[in-house]
Amino acid sequence: MKDEITRDERVDNLKGMGCSRKRVEDARFTQGKGNYVDDIKLDGMLFGDFVRSPYAHARITSINTEEALKVPGVLAVLTAADLEPLGLHWMPTLAGDKQMVLADGKVLFQGQEVAFVVAEDRYAAADGIELVEVEYEELPVIVDPFEALQSDVVLREDLVAEDGSVPDGAHGARKHPNHIFTWEAGDKDPTDQVIAEADVVATESMYYHRTHPCPLETCGCVASMDKVNGKLTLWGTFQAPHAIRTVVSLISGIEEHNIRVISPDIGGGFGNKVGAYPGYVCSVVASIVTGKPVKWIEDRMDNLMTTAFARDYHMTGKIAATKEGKITGLHCQVVADHGGFDACADPTKFPAGFMNICTGSYDIPTAYLEVDGVYTNKAPGGVSYRCSFRVTEAVYFIERMIEVLAIELNMDAAELRRMNFIKKEQFPYKAALGWEYDSGDYHTAWDKALETVDYAGLRAEQAQRVEDFKAGKTRSLMGIGLSFFTEIVGAGPVKNCDILGLGMFDSCEIRIHPTGSAIARLGTISQGQGHATTFAQILATEIGLPADSITIEEGDTDTAPYGLGTYGSRSTPVAGAATAMAGRKIRAKAQMIAAYLLEVHDNDVEFDVDRFVVKGAPERFKTMKEVAFAAYNQAIPGLEPGLEAVSYYDPPNMTYPFGAYVCVMDIDVDTGVPDIRRFYALDDCGTRINPMIIEGQVHGGLTEALAVSLGQEIAYDDMGNVKTGTLMDFFLPTAWEVPNYETDHTVTPSPHHPIGAKGVGESPHVGGVPCFSNAVQDAFRPFGNRHTNMPHDHWRIWKTANELGLHE
Amino acid sequence: MIPAAFEYYRPKDMEGVLSLLAEHGDEARVMAGGHSLIPMMKLRMADVPHLIDLQDVGGLSDIEVGTDSIRIGAMVTQSDIITHEGLATAAPILREAALQIADPQVRYMGTVGGNVANGDPGNDMPGLMQCLDATFHLIGADGTRDVPARDFYEAAYMTAREDEEVLTAVTIPLLKGGHAYEKQKRKIGDYATAAAAVQIVNEGGTCAAASIAMTNLSDTPIYSQAACDALVGTSVDDSAIKAAMAAMLGDIDPSEDNRGPVAFKKHVAGIILRRAIERAWSRA
Repeated sequence: MKDEITRDERVDNLKGMGCSRKRVEDARFTQGKGNYVDDIKLDGMLFGDFVRSPYAHARITSINTEEALKVPGVLAVLTAADLEPLGLHWMPTLAGDKQMVLADGKVLFQGQEVAFVVAEDRYAAADGIELVEVEYEELPVIVDPFEALQSDVVLREDLVAEDGSVPDGAHGARKHPNHIFTWEAGDKDPTDQVIAEADVVATESMYYHRTHPCPLETCGCVASMDKVNGKLTLWGTFQAPHAIRTVVSLISGIEEHNIRVISPDIGGGFGNKVGAYPGYVCSVVASIVTGKPVKWIEDRMDNLMTTAFARDYHMTGKIAATKEGKITGLHCQVVADHGGFDACADPTKFPAGFMNICTGSYDIPTAYLEVDGVYTNKAPGGVSYRCSFRVTEAVYFIERMIEVLAIELNMDAAELRRMNFIKKEQFPYKAALGWEYDSGDYHTAWDKALETVDYAGLRAEQAQRVEDFKAGKTRSLMGIGLSFFTEIVGAGPVKNCDILGLGMFDSCEIRIHPTGSAIARLGTISQGQGHATTFAQILATEIGLPADSITIEEGDTDTAPYGLGTYGSRSTPVAGAATAMAGRKIRAKAQMIAAYLLEVHDNDVEFDVDRFVVKGAPERFKTMKEVAFAAYNQAIPGLEPGLEAVSYYDPPNMTYPFGAYVCVMDIDVDTGVPDIRRFYALDDCGTRINPMIIEGQVHGGLTEALAVSLGQEIAYDDMGNVKTGTLMDFFLPTAWEVPNYETDHTVTPSPHHPIGAKGVGESPHVGGVPCFSNAVQDAFRPFGNRHTNMPHDHWRIWKTANELGLHE
Repeated sequence: MIPAAFEYYRPKDMEGVLSLLAEHGDEARVMAGGHSLIPMMKLRMADVPHLIDLQDVGGLSDIEVGTDSIRIGAMVTQSDIITHEGLATAAPILREAALQIADPQVRYMGTVGGNVANGDPGNDMPGLMQCLDATFHLIGADGTRDVPARDFYEAAYMTAREDEEVLTAVTIPLLKGGHAYEKQKRKIGDYATAAAAVQIVNEGGTCAAASIAMTNLSDTPIYSQAACDALVGTSVDDSAIKAAMAAMLGDIDPSEDNRGPVAFKKHVAGIILRRAIERAWSRA
């Protein structure tokens, strides 16, 4: 048989790694044919919704459901008293705390779930909610974590012993009833000593405000208990469906084989859909009680006010350096506001996530980090909004500290970074706070970024602008935002990363069909990342079948192999690795089959793109498609029929993607309106699987970074009322507010990952937030600005200008 | 976000509307585009047992550009305003302002009548109509009556319109001179942090007439006669503009919200007015 096409054409036909393959998901998404949880409609399905607390801190003296139950269509109203006999009025959180499912005698934040109204339709449920009479006795409200640590007001009486003492929490000793944990990393005394003896020390306090991931699709579920076969099916917006199955089993006592969790299409997660919410528990209970399927879907205000927030870190830093600018030590102290319950979604041994990546991309020999978690009268959460666990906080902290140090040293901040970067030859690099960075080439990336944007030219233009401003020729200032970030993603090695004891490996199971197409199932779940596209590309390259002939399936725990889900940019580093490893198992068996068919020894054939060829005789080959057919239909001595493989991958280390970003911004001093003139983003995520999807991820992550830095916040008043509970006040940028992004890359593969890929989905958010913020702050640096807190909305920018005396 | 139960009516003519209003009194509300009322109902902040949809009532969707005035029916949408060629020539400030209202999807539904009649201080059209000295036409059981836009607004959501009256159209006298609608907002879809509507006449380098109204800086739109007076007779130089800004600041009474505190809003109001005057003057 003569080969009609060239080798390059064969490579192209696979649409494997490196190809900007169009997203296979988009055919349905762009036609409105996605299947989201609210699209699920079952016979006799009921709707549940919550009575929520209008108060941030109050005792509940009575709940009267009588009038609500008279509403036509309302079938039941569940309260904590109904759940208590089942032991379900509280549930464990991912952080080792427990959380009320329905208010058990008191409420701790505005919007807290008080009762669950179950009705024949949403309208009846809403009418029923109006008629549930709850009597509250208001209690003093604490929205400031520093106040919480001093206050006599105890938020969590359940965590105080009868004698008034404070027992240890899940993460060790607690120093006050409103204190959750102290978490330390690094060496305190040596760090203090370095700081005491340093030439220069820059100190700064900063507040990384509370915000929210705000996925387009809110959280929700449909629970269906089949009383005949005892099987519970739970559809929901779950970023970790297998973990949800295990948690549901542990909480409810239903055996795990009788629970099927399905994540259908998910409209964005960004960390918001990792945790377990009262709505899931109540829907399951309601379905068990009524024997009918029960749907619960949040509205936008529910989502913003009650499901997991992000950030809310008060960070104080000290950075020490020689007078030439070589950093010698870093001290970081954090007060973390966790709200009424500690429902952070972090690996269990890391109550402050990977905040200890806060030495950033710099070779800092000595460092110390201390984080105190605190209860307040705010919603629980503390999820990783488009980042690995607390990495946005860490990177924002160090990238602000670098800027502040540059001011202290009267140095250029780009040069200060370059002086202190970890050098290429230092990798693998053991950081002072414990992590081992796998690979990096920071200097090359930084120089490429600065050269592309003509950094020197920008600084000259900025200096001219300052002169013009001082001369009264313009009322606009120019800011140059720099950021260089290192992410830590791909959680992670089971030896140090688990959630509630569930090891954070991931998995892939592949079946090759006889005619040379395939299905692969993974333990992850796409929320828009395009897994069905990219994982097929990894496999196409690994096994030599076209990506278009490979179906990727995720999210059904009855069919997919166990995995810990998708967040923290872990899909490519962990499940992507499992995919490659499973593919290699397929290839190993296929090689034996090919050798048999070619009548040569196994070692005399080699894999080439889409086939096995006899070494030295490339005209003698068997394609993978031919091998697949033979695997099923030809008796091959010593081999089982079939061509399948499964891999569970426990990564040896995290991966450490990095990037260099530059933002050029003009600021209208009189109105506080920023105008982003240019944004350049260089990302190094190691091996690039689909450049088009990477670019899309970078655009999305930068847009969420723009949102967070320039206006997006969950703000509370002193009474604990949420001031930003709708999209009128909660800033979700549209195409109008978003600038043009220039993307670029370098490639430094991960040495320990089977295909060298590091993950990219969250990098742009992690690097973008400090870049936008630094641009705003840099514009005012010539006038004495050192640090101002985000979000940099119009009035806060205006306030900075005003306080610097820049208004008439 | 689910409203309480309500009765929905879709009468074919104004008689039908008025008889429903007469029957149900303040339990009934008419709806034009619904982009203010429906969200309020969904939040259960507006209790409307009887909702009367105006979309089948004829004669409310015309734009008539006459020789000395422009008449715009209450059901004309913001999108209609933007795409109407005659209006673009006769009253370009309408298009300039409408393009700054919400987003295209909302503008396809949101109407001029709903925008001016609702009395929301955040709406852009009320201030604009005051600037243009529009007249609002109302119809009720006792017939029709006209109310000048500058006399229409009493407080937030409180207007000169009686509960049983319907706003049917607005009439704007023929416009002269240069115009500008300047608006600062946090994002697309937002109400103004501050907005200024300015129409100004230049006769030989001197300001012969000026009209200035501000949006979302009090609980009603603010037509600032004092600011107008500060410009008329001047060459609209820096000192005249500063005088107009100061006069306007005396008339507004902003309150703090998520957009910022009062001092910020007042500062921005001045800046926005300056820019509106300068742009309008450059076109005059």
